[in-house]
Amino acid sequence: MSPDYYLYLSAVLFTIGALGVLIRRNAIVVFMCVELMLNAVNLSLVTFSRIDGNLDGQIIAFFVMVVAAAEVVIGLAIIMSIFRSRRSTSVDDANLLKY
Amino acid sequence: MSVLSHTPGFVGTTGPFKLTFLLVLIPAVSAAVLLLGGRRTNKWGHLLGCAAPLASFVIGLALFLDLFRKSDQDRQVDQHLFSWIPAGSFHVDVSLLFDPLTAVFVLLITGVGSLIHIYSIGYMAHDPDRRRFFGQLNLFVASMLLLVLADNFLLLYVGWEGVGLASYLLIGFWSYKPSAAVAAKKAFLVNRVGDLGLSLAIMLMFTTFGSVSFNDLFYGGGLRTAHGGTLTAIGLLLLLGACGKSAQFPLQSWLLDAMEGPTPVSALIHAATMVTAGVYLIARSHPIYDISSDARVLVEIVGAVTLVMGAIIGCAYDDIKKVLAASTMSQIGYMMLAVGLGPGAYAIGILHLLTHGFFKANMFLGAGSVMHGMNDEVNMRRYGGLRKVMPVTFWTFAAGYLAIIGFPLTSGFFSKDKIIEAALDKGGPEGWILGIVALVGAGLTAFYMSRLMIMTFFGNRRWAKDVHPHESPSVMTGPMALLAVGSLVAGGLMVLGASLQHFLTPSVGKSVEEGVHTIAPAVLTALTLIVIAGGAAAAWWLVGRKPVPVEQPLNVTPVTWAARRSLYGDALNESVFMRPGAYLTRALVFFDGRGVDGAVNGFAALVGGTSARVRRTQTGFARSYALSMLGGAMVVLAVLMIARVG
Repeated sequence: MSPDYYLYLSAVLFTIGALGVLIRRNAIVVFMCVELMLNAVNLSLVTFSRIDGNLDGQIIAFFVMVVAAAEVVIGLAIIMSIFRSRRSTSVDDANLLKY
Repeated sequence: MSVLSHTPGFVGTTGPFKLTFLLVLIPAVSAAVLLLGGRRTNKWGHLLGCAAPLASFVIGLALFLDLFRKSDQDRQVDQHLFSWIPAGSFHVDVSLLFDPLTAVFVLLITGVGSLIHIYSIGYMAHDPDRRRFFGQLNLFVASMLLLVLADNFLLLYVGWEGVGLASYLLIGFWSYKPSAAVAAKKAFLVNRVGDLGLSLAIMLMFTTFGSVSFNDLFYGGGLRTAHGGTLTAIGLLLLLGACGKSAQFPLQSWLLDAMEGPTPVSALIHAATMVTAGVYLIARSHPIYDISSDARVLVEIVGAVTLVMGAIIGCAYDDIKKVLAASTMSQIGYMMLAVGLGPGAYAIGILHLLTHGFFKANMFLGAGSVMHGMNDEVNMRRYGGLRKVMPVTFWTFAAGYLAIIGFPLTSGFFSKDKIIEAALDKGGPEGWILGIVALVGAGLTAFYMSRLMIMTFFGNRRWAKDVHPHESPSVMTGPMALLAVGSLVAGGLMVLGASLQHFLTPSVGKSVEEGVHTIAPAVLTALTLIVIAGGAAAAWWLVGRKPVPVEQPLNVTPVTWAARRSLYGDALNESVFMRPGAYLTRALVFFDGRGVDGAVNGFAALVGGTSARVRRTQTGFARSYALSMLGGAMVVLAVLMIARVG
């Protein structure tokens, strides 16, 4: 099977994730879409690793996972605390930090 | 020092000369007590204030007598007190030099000063700030003594600034009067111009000779090898300093306004002592002027110009103190002329300085006494006929009057005659011009002083209604009487056997030898007396013959008109210095406001305006930021791909 399909899939997943981030208001969903984008990138990294025949891409994918795990911890904590104070998880409601 | 050794220089202190420092210290301590002691010292402040200069006078007299007995070589006694600025090769000590020149100044300052202090007890009796007045007078005496006792130019400068400060404080003593405050400021500012000259001269001396002490400069041999132009520059800068302090042309304008101060101040500072500091400076620096004839000629010119200017101004004013101030300018012009005549004539200048110290202080105190009796009226058109009401004042004033016009055998006769003679003896066109100027000045002096006498003491009584003139208390008339005696006989004593000239030789060099005279002395004396009599007669003809109008007449000659405005001295200053200065300031303010500030403010406004627009993109919506990020990433990607493909 041609590895191109994995790349197509990766592009589709990334697009879905990006659109989700841009369109959805719910912070949790936005967060999940960010994860989707990360994993789409992971998929393409692994695919390229396969195409090139070395392990560099896979190693970077592991790094991305670690970063993603850390990001989840912090991101969820932020969402939790925003929800506690504002009773909402809409990213548009948290707009105090502006001009 | 051995008598055989003829190396000129200063000798160390022995015996009573170890007390030299007390001359300065006593009035300085007294000033500190009076100025810092506050109201507690009010009761006895004036007594301490008088005791301090008297104590200095006693010490000064003792030292003078001791010095008089010494031989010429030993007459420059130097007391080293402490090292002031020991910095590598540059070394300045606080040392006091007591030599003949200093000695006569010390006696003048403390002697006349003490009399004026005593007079002030009476004159300032009703002033609530009398104690402060005495404190500042003592500060002046201490500074002036430091000025004449310093053995280097830097220490002299300290005294120089000290007397300037005291002069400022005392002119503005009644600072609640705006005119007094302005006059004090004016005196201070004009003096700054002169002080700048002196400080530059000191710096130039240091860079040229590496020292500022009199001993190194005058006896170190550096002067003979120095470049002529440098010496001339030093001489001219010193002259600028002297002009500022001594109210000589072109820095003369402050002295007339300085009459806003209490009259004893005018007598002590602006007649007898401080204003003569310029003459002292020139005489003290005589080795420089001996070599640099260019600088010397300028001293003569300044003296001659001021001599005539002051005399002309004195003829027109109606304010008794301002007439005396103009006269002071004129007489100091005589002294400057004398010291400018060069080797040999310095002693004559100092002689006139001393006699002037007596008769001018005497007349100022007389003027103060008249004002005291006339409710502080200074307009002579409001005087008249005071001879009968104030006999003591009249007779003492008359003694000063006779001395200043040069009546035979009074002080001024000896000193002024000698200056005219020395000027003529200079020979050539220089001698003729200076001699005639000095002679004309003598005539003018006789005119304005006679005018003053006639308007004040003779003629009809033109007093204001509520004025009841009375003789002043004896605490005031006593000093006046002593000074009157001095005015009459001091000059004679000092020229008796040319004693002053011989005494001063170690300080200012040998006096002029009896040589060729342009005009025989007897003829010249007769001529001078005729000119003086002419001046006095003219005064009687113009002023004394008919009643003096109470209002100043307006239909007068242009010369009188100009003289009433002090020959446009202020107008000159205003147009030459003040106006261009003001324009320059205004231009600079404009450039600063519009140019420098404009550029800075404009740039700030540009940045501010741009940011105000750009910050609108910070909406606070996380999703719009995400869109911008995405857009940015796409652009970067597109550029990379295009670069790849292209």
